[in-house]
Amino acid sequence: MDKTRRNFLKVVGLAAAAGLVLKPAGKGFAMDLVRRVPEGAAPTDKALKAGRWAMVVDTKKFTDASREAVMEACRKAHNIPVMRDPRHALKWIWDENYENAFPEQMNEHIPEYQKKNKVLVMCNNCANPACVRVCPTKATFKRPDGIVMMDYHRCIGCRFCMAACPYGSRSFNFEDPRKSLTEIDPSYPTRTKGVVEKCNFCAERLARGMQPACVAACRNKELIFGDATDPKSEVSRILDERFNIRRRPELGTQPQVYYLT
Amino acid sequence: MMKLYNGKIILLGLAVFVGIVTFPFWFNMGKAAPAPVLKLDTPVIAKMPVKQCVRPTAFMKAGHMQLLNQWRDTVVRDNNRVAPDQAGVMREMSLSNTCMECHSNKTEFCDKCHNYVSVAPYCWNCHIQPKENS
Ligand code: HEC
Ligand code: HEC
Ligand code: HEC
Repeated sequence: MDKTRRNFLKVVGLAAAAGLVLKPAGKGFAMDLVRRVPEGAAPTDKALKAGRWAMVVDTKKFTDASREAVMEACRKAHNIPVMRDPRHALKWIWDENYENAFPEQMNEHIPEYQKKNKVLVMCNNCANPACVRVCPTKATFKRPDGIVMMDYHRCIGCRFCMAACPYGSRSFNFEDPRKSLTEIDPSYPTRTKGVVEKCNFCAERLARGMQPACVAACRNKELIFGDATDPKSEVSRILDERFNIRRRPELGTQPQVYYLT
Repeated sequence: MMKLYNGKIILLGLAVFVGIVTFPFWFNMGKAAPAPVLKLDTPVIAKMPVKQCVRPTAFMKAGHMQLLNQWRDTVVRDNNRVAPDQAGVMREMSLSNTCMECHSNKTEFCDKCHNYVSVAPYCWNCHIQPKENS
């Protein structure tokens, strides 16, 4: 018995060695297919780049109309339907009451305009994102420029990320979103039933040299977007000068959406 | 001489068995579906001086799904959106915006071949198909 086992291992070892020697012979076509990155792949010439993208929301400047215009621009750019059932709502950028956006800021006495004016909220694209830590398939990941991306091709719809996100910035597709879409922009894919979606700071527009759709829809610089690591950028200068708050900073997620109130 | 007990029944049974097992082969004999004829008569391809794909045709026939996977990962995960095609022209790596710009006749091109080989890519649940008026 001992002998045969030994012989068996010898044969297997030889076969493995032969495989290693023979493998490069099959070079060419098959090998080309496994190489992941197409040769010469690059960002587009116009791509906007940053060390870490950040958004400033000037809450006092917003009106009901301008908030709606901004949300509509996002829905158009990403084919986001308005769902009839509010529990199925797909939220990339949306408005919240002040006490919901900033529960810890709801003092007994705060200015009336602050209590009344709604606050625009979106994915904070955290520098220390909880969603990325829990995703079992790496469908959500943090890019070097700080954007927390969704790779919808990998999303299995487990919704761990939704449980981890303290801001409710992620929405699940409980139904086919196309059924609720009235018009579709063919240049950006819809999502499908069973995946989680969220704001991506318009990564696809930045890649083409454009500001995010919500920022481009602002008439009055209500939203300012830029590189938080560049001290000369507009966002850095504003944040250096003016008092600003972030949503639930005590959690340590390092949100990259800053609010001027 | 060996004797086969119940020989007749066994042989008959064997013949019936072989007949049933090979039924699909002889039933379909000579009826193989003809390979589909793919149409390349789209407006964009018609305007091309040299009619060629982003990679050599033989590669595309066998490897377009791997190429699409590469494109997908390069765009979504590496944030690189353009790459040269076989002629050296920088093209956006996009299913809807590049492949389907040229192959805008999806039903007469992609679908024809996919129906023949019985594959149904799920990409179109999200990626938008070109509008065709047929
Ligand atoms: C610039 C226009 C153009 C683009 C972009 C393009 N194709 Fe093509 N494609 C062609 C042309 C022209 C042919 C025919 C080439 C030939 O006849 O040798 C072709 C051939 C093919 C074939 C082989 C068909 C056959 O004869 O069996 C496949 C498969 C294919 N393309 C898929 C794709 C996919 C997938 C993409 C995107 C990754 C793509 N093509 C992008 C123009 C294009
Ligand atoms: C010459 C025939 C042919 C043509 C034309 C063709 N395909 Fe395919 N395609 C195939 C075959 C065969 C497979 C399945 C390969 C496999 O299962 O390994 C496939 C698979 C795919 C897949 C992967 C599907 C999956 O479930 O993994 C995608 C995506 C795809 N094709 C896209 C396209 C697009 C887009 C076009 C048109 C621009 C196209 N194909 C045109 C033959 C073709
Ligand atoms: C759950 C929805 C979904 C499905 C299913 C899906 N994709 Fe995508 N895909 C997206 C989104 C969203 C993007 C990001 C688009 C962007 O950033 O411009 C994308 C990007 C891509 C890109 C690069 C950018 C572009 O415009 O095409 C490729 C290539 C791609 N997908 C290929 C595929 C292929 C091939 C399949 C099917 C085998 C597929 N995808 C299935 C949602 C999907």
